[in-house]
Amino acid sequence: MDEMTLKIEHLCSGFFTERGYVPAVDDVSLLIPRGHVVGIVGESGCGKSMIARSVMGLLKYPGRITGGSIRLDGRELTGLTDRELQPIRGREMAMIFQEPMTSLNPVIPVGKQMREALLLHEDISRSAAKAEVIRMLSHVGVSEPEKRYNAYPHELSGGLRQRVMIAMAMICKPKLLIADEPTTALDVTIEAQILRLIRDLSRETGMSVLLISHNLGVIAQMCDTVYVMYAGKIVEQADALTLFDSYAHPYTRGLMDSVVRLDATPRRLPAIGGVVPNLLRLPAGCAFAPRCPHAVERCQAERPALEELSPGHWCRCFERGRE
Amino acid sequence: MMAKEILLEGRHLVREFPAKGRKKVHAVSDVDLTIYAGETLALVGESGCGKSTLGRTLIGLIPPTSGTVLFEGTDLTGLRPGAFAPYRRQMQLIFQDPYASLDPRMTVRDIVAEPLVTYGLCPDKAATTRRVRELLDAVGIPEEFLYRYPHQFSGGQRQRIGIARAIALHPRLIVCDEPVSALDVSVQSQILNLLKDLQERFGLTYLFISHDLSVVRFMADRVAVMFLGKLCEVGDTASLYTRPLHPYTRFLLDAIPRADPRLRDTGRALLQGEIPSPIDPPAGCRFHTRCPYATDRCRTEAPALRPLAGHEVACHRAGEV
Ligand SMILES: Nc1ncnc2c1ncn2[C@@H]1O[C@H](COP(=O)(O)OP(=O)(O)O)[C@@H](O)[C@H]1O
Ligand SMILES: Nc1ncnc2c1ncn2[C@@H]1O[C@H](COP(=O)(O)OP(=O)(O)O)[C@@H](O)[C@H]1O
Ligand code: SF4
Ligand SMILES: [Mg+2]
Ligand SMILES: [Mg+2]
Repeated sequence: MDEMTLKIEHLCSGFFTERGYVPAVDDVSLLIPRGHVVGIVGESGCGKSMIARSVMGLLKYPGRITGGSIRLDGRELTGLTDRELQPIRGREMAMIFQEPMTSLNPVIPVGKQMREALLLHEDISRSAAKAEVIRMLSHVGVSEPEKRYNAYPHELSGGLRQRVMIAMAMICKPKLLIADEPTTALDVTIEAQILRLIRDLSRETGMSVLLISHNLGVIAQMCDTVYVMYAGKIVEQADALTLFDSYAHPYTRGLMDSVVRLDATPRRLPAIGGVVPNLLRLPAGCAFAPRCPHAVERCQAERPALEELSPGHWCRCFERGRE
Repeated sequence: MMAKEILLEGRHLVREFPAKGRKKVHAVSDVDLTIYAGETLALVGESGCGKSTLGRTLIGLIPPTSGTVLFEGTDLTGLRPGAFAPYRRQMQLIFQDPYASLDPRMTVRDIVAEPLVTYGLCPDKAATTRRVRELLDAVGIPEEFLYRYPHQFSGGQRQRIGIARAIALHPRLIVCDEPVSALDVSVQSQILNLLKDLQERFGLTYLFISHDLSVVRFMADRVAVMFLGKLCEVGDTASLYTRPLHPYTRFLLDAIPRADPRLRDTGRALLQGEIPSPIDPPAGCRFHTRCPYATDRCRTEAPALRPLAGHEVACHRAGEV
């Protein structure tokens, strides 16, 4: 077994559109050590889901991986055909989404869907599969699992549907779980339950998790390592404590400042001015320069590279560390 | 502090919807709520608890099944449409998804002009356009965008356009129904700041509906917490956040994921279970099926809102647990 469950190196993926190539993911490298929860945070459109779909091999036309490497437990995934990926998806890596309804079949009872998924990958009898599904439903906190086995997706609440999705993802004991905004559609008390469930499952089974969220609170509560993304690129990465204590990138600072604190209320909230750039017309220099309060001439002209500030803490900014 | 003047008051408001099999959705059940002039009152609670229904009932967009709404003392519930019209103007709504509420075939100018034209507020077309420019300027939309269509704007800009339309008639009260829930944090802060600026500038009163307790902490003067069609607790924001009295308020606040990794694994208690259905709400206190402190009394007798330590609380055991 590789010590890294997932090793993404120099990944580029994007869309070939009539108006040109959209570089949704640009030279992204990311590591997930075994059993770790790694987070990606950034505003919508920055390429988070695109990384997830690239790993899962779920890019749809006109989207394509255009460079780099993705290794799951040492095995290269880029270049594999859909047929070659099929047994890996589900068995070795699984994904849950913000809206479970999009990936559940509305006309088949949830238990049956899970049983079929299990039978696809494991050579066991139908009755053994059903028993395993019920055990898994109960394990993820679905009450009355025998009854829920026969429920249709629309008969379940949002929280229960997400539990079912997690049970479905866990049923083949994957090495990697990709959770793309898993709690964004849920209420805060249900969100807390689901996050705790994901963390407990990871600790119990040694499963690695790639957690995608736009919510710094969720990231802070869950992740060992955090990657901050802006306009298709990683702009900062560090272990969670370092990131939240000593963030250095002006964009990370902007995100942190926008989080409302519960203990003090300023008259106004600090906001990042402007809007995210159009990926088809990225600025010549740093992609964040047009919105950056610290930008100097060099930022408009040259693209900064990721630099290591301290062991494991990387930042893509010429002016990092300046107040 | 100035003496508080009551702007809008809901008394014993009930709103039910028909459900399958001659059952009823008990969306809002016997709610008393007072909104003071110039304040921001937040209405918080989990989805489906009745926030939008209560907000819309208060401003007359949905008639209540029973109960009354008083606007500066005038009972609005019995008014004929003609008599209601002047009040209609005073109370506006901002939606979560401005895109759904902006006609895609109309230019921004026409969208914002519509209420002005309906109420005949400007003498001619030029005056209307001038007023639209002022309104767009107030919400930070550059005037060169006057003749653009909604799809040409970002989510944050569309919300600004929705706000311009809402303030066009100089309303007294605006119900903001999850106005920033669909926006990224950086844009969210811009819109929240804008709402605060406009409130100061035009003396607006807000009923601010949200499921996001962090946003509410920033926006609200007072907070009303709702669970399954009923109010659990009402209090001043700072006091409610530091000394919540209703068990449900405490669980809600505890559940917020804090942006601080050091607060991880601090063993906070999580609220168990799912939200019960508003078609068959639990008897007694509607929260009792999820409440760790529930007693027999909670299971049979519905607690009324009562004053306690500066808040109003609907819990038999508040103060002792
Ligand atoms: N079919 C498509 N054609 C062109 N661009 C696309 C397409 N789908 C997504 N994109 C672009 O790819 C970028 C990354 O999207 P995504 O990974 O979904 O962002 P995130 O998950 O961070 O919100 C976005 O800027 C989006 O506009
Ligand atoms: N027009 C309607 N017909 C039937 N049920 C409705 C209608 N509007 C709302 N409801 C129901 O009333 C309850 C409260 O809904 P709502 O006020 O939208 O809650 P919230 O805004 O807190 O999410 C929910 O159970 C919802 O399904
Ligand atoms: S009234 Fe009873 S059940 Fe309801 S919140 Fe208070 S203690 Fe819990
Ligand atoms: Mg996404
Ligand atoms: Mg609502």
